[in-house]
Amino acid sequence: MTVLDFTHVTKIYNVRGAGQMKALDDVSFTLRSGQTIGLVGQSGSGKSTIAKILTQLERPTSGEVLLDGAPIPRRGRALRAYRQQLRMVFQDPFASLNPYHSIRYHIERPLRLDGVVPREQIEAEVRRLLERVRLEPRTVIDRRPHELSGGQRQRVAIARALASRPRLLVADEPVSMLDVSIRLGVLNLLADLQREEGLGVLYITHDLATARHFSDEIIVLNQGRIVEHGPADDVILRPQDPYTRELRAASPDPEKHFASQSPAGGLR
Amino acid sequence: MSEALLSIQDFSVVYDVDPPVAAVKNVTLELQRGEILGLAGESGCGKTTLAYGVQRLLKAPAVITGGSVTFHDATGENIDINALDPEQMRRFRWDKVSMVFQGAMNALNPVAPIGAQLEDVFEVHRPGMSARQRRAEAKELLEIVKVGAQRIRSFPHELSGGMRQRVMIAMALALRPQLMVMDEPTTALDVLVQREILRQISQLRHEFGFSVIFITHDLPLLLEISDRIAIMRDGEIVELDTAEQIWNNPTNEYTRTLLSSFPRLTGERGVVVR
Repeated sequence: MTVLDFTHVTKIYNVRGAGQMKALDDVSFTLRSGQTIGLVGQSGSGKSTIAKILTQLERPTSGEVLLDGAPIPRRGRALRAYRQQLRMVFQDPFASLNPYHSIRYHIERPLRLDGVVPREQIEAEVRRLLERVRLEPRTVIDRRPHELSGGQRQRVAIARALASRPRLLVADEPVSMLDVSIRLGVLNLLADLQREEGLGVLYITHDLATARHFSDEIIVLNQGRIVEHGPADDVILRPQDPYTRELRAASPDPEKHFASQSPAGGLR
Repeated sequence: MSEALLSIQDFSVVYDVDPPVAAVKNVTLELQRGEILGLAGESGCGKTTLAYGVQRLLKAPAVITGGSVTFHDATGENIDINALDPEQMRRFRWDKVSMVFQGAMNALNPVAPIGAQLEDVFEVHRPGMSARQRRAEAKELLEIVKVGAQRIRSFPHELSGGMRQRVMIAMALALRPQLMVMDEPTTALDVLVQREILRQISQLRHEFGFSVIFITHDLPLLLEISDRIAIMRDGEIVELDTAEQIWNNPTNEYTRTLLSSFPRLTGERGVVVR
């Protein structure tokens, strides 16, 4: 069982000419393996600062991040070992893969660097990972990113993230650039992998609908503070905080829209 | 009682590559004055090609292979868009039909203040206007879209994404066109900003009476903002009806698939199997 603890984390940026900006203000939460937490909030609410601190691209001004009770290593081999435990999937599958390299190269690289499997098994492992994300190794392995669709590319990015056998996955808007019709497929894939590998997933998004369906718990962030944290259905269906209500009211909701327009119509 | 603004007849566009791709196939559509028409479908279904094609904004290898587009001007004149010569076309665009482009946040010139970019529209299309009038118009436009006239000297990077999008809408509104084509205008914005922009589009539509062709693959959003929705697939319109009918009684199988492919904010759980 892996436990990631974010304890009283505050992050202050010094903005030239504008004084100090509090990006995170006393943020605490716990992410366990096998659990998905949805992190929602509008642009500038601090969602990505949390991801940056988790990957140690930024350091908290105060507070601590603990993995199984130990602080995140600051540098060197130990930091690399930590990052092997926690991988990211980014928003833009067009930008996160290198156009010059084949799909094989993208997935081989973390395998080589982290030495997860012996050298002679790398090729087999690449194929296994591609199958894991429901891509046919034979047809995609020698292709380059531009020859694949957005959904396929995001699957490659997921396979790459899984290569080092992480225990935690930070997915920053992993489906928002994909077509509506394939978003569910990718989310379902993430949900399957999460269940089968017992991954802890931090799902960062501003889409309340997918956050609700994909997460166990939801954290609502506003101006760097957690304003609401609870089971997904409670937070979205029975929001307590005014900001959460505002976010909910702003999200497209055809069910409510048509129900209020015509009492006879609607699905309920 | 309703009055047509744009009549599209048997309109077809082919991308002349090898092998040729029929991107829009015999589309017939009538857009009403003052209506918001949603154009939905997956990437590659032809929705953007159709919307660009009716204004002859397509570049090679796209070729309009058939059909007609008639614009029923407020003056009563019927304009056959395919028959306009380049100069007539230049004057027609933006004056009668304007656009808010996909990724509009990055469509502004980064090295010119937004006021100057708004004034450009008048300089080109209203050559009789004085500099003072142009400035006054630009200020009024910024007030209309609630960016505020005091931002007239701001550069794009000094504005938030939502504000930049409003400037783009102001620019599209400048000549009081009768039709605005919006291609994914809110896709890059977060929900709160998106909601504000949508509210503003609806409100401006009521105030100025223009029609909107709203292109997006975000069906939940389209259902809320559109009067009617056209569902496109493989270059064809497979269903066209009021938003309410599309939601309550979709008749086409593909429409039903699209509707079931997004998770509902308040609906049943279980679309993501966990």
